[in-house]
Amino acid sequence: MNLFGFARKKPPTPSARTAKDRLQILLAHERSSSGTAEADYLPMLQRDIVAAIRKHVPIGDKDVEVRMERGDQMSSLEINIELPAAAASTTG
Amino acid sequence: MTTEPKKTPPLGRVIVVTSGKGGVGKTTSSAAISAGLAKAGFRTVVIDFDVGLRNLDMTMGCERRVVFDFINVIQGDARLKQALIKDKRLETLFILPTSQTRDKDALTKDGVEKVLTELKAEFDYIICDSPAGIEHGAQMAMHFADEAVVVTNPEVSSVRDSDRILGLLSSQTHRAESAGAEPIKAQVLITRYDQARVDIGEMMTVTDVLEILAVPLLGVIPESKAILKASNVGTPVVLDGPSAAAQAYEDAVSRLTGTQVEMRMQGERRPGLFQRLFGRAS
Repeated sequence: MNLFGFARKKPPTPSARTAKDRLQILLAHERSSSGTAEADYLPMLQRDIVAAIRKHVPIGDKDVEVRMERGDQMSSLEINIELPAAAASTTG
Repeated sequence: MTTEPKKTPPLGRVIVVTSGKGGVGKTTSSAAISAGLAKAGFRTVVIDFDVGLRNLDMTMGCERRVVFDFINVIQGDARLKQALIKDKRLETLFILPTSQTRDKDALTKDGVEKVLTELKAEFDYIICDSPAGIEHGAQMAMHFADEAVVVTNPEVSSVRDSDRILGLLSSQTHRAESAGAEPIKAQVLITRYDQARVDIGEMMTVTDVLEILAVPLLGVIPESKAILKASNVGTPVVLDGPSAAAQAYEDAVSRLTGTQVEMRMQGERRPGLFQRLFGRAS
């Protein structure tokens, strides 16, 4: 360590401050989603969506990608479905 | 140590000591709080709900006197009177230990309720030492509670899990499910608090934790060597000589019984400059 390093070093953000901020953001989400019920709904939703699409188009498990992003103000649910080229042209 | 038992009818108050995260000091706190209540003259029983792990008996120093346990009583193999262990130090303190080997589902809601009803007729305070987590055992420990002491370290995972437990207390308990019942009175007990680390911004303050959890504060237990020392010898910390931790638990107990006590933040005595330079005397 540089002998004079301490003089130039910026005071770091106290880690307690970071801990509090992280907790507040995390708990805001956990509380709004009322516990365990929410934890399970994404996989269920994904299963239902895949099943609904499969009624009409033969798709594999890997063709569907579901992603959830939680923000401070809003959350978004993104579903990407890769339709097989042949099926896409015949059905629609 | 002798205490004067109260001659009034029993209060029959059920208090769960819970936390979510393990290792934050539930059993230490259950032992200290129940010993503190008994020392104040309240007829107190402390029950170990941690079926399978069973540590309350060791913390209370009665591990070699266990014959029958909580599970035996629930399954009808023993009477409650046979399973209750009378503390050797305090006249008004009893321990209901649990079993190490049996199946966790042995704790049934009906069984727990029956035991608690019987205890309420004789004791002022019934302290339920909860297992960690949010599973069956923890739910059984909190189900019939009137009050909850949520034990938290000033550390992110512990605070987060406490928040989860507070959610369960307000939604998954007997009081929550019965219409018109007053909600469980939940309070937070902050343990392993280190004022020196708070001062340099390395530990969340009491205010930080309270702001996040939004429940009243029951007490702040400083990080203290007295805690490990007390558990080494199987004595609740409030009975093991004076210490900052013992004092803090006594204050918490007073608040639990409705006495206003000022919050004092005291840590262990910090070594002075000369002590630090020339080594510890002790």
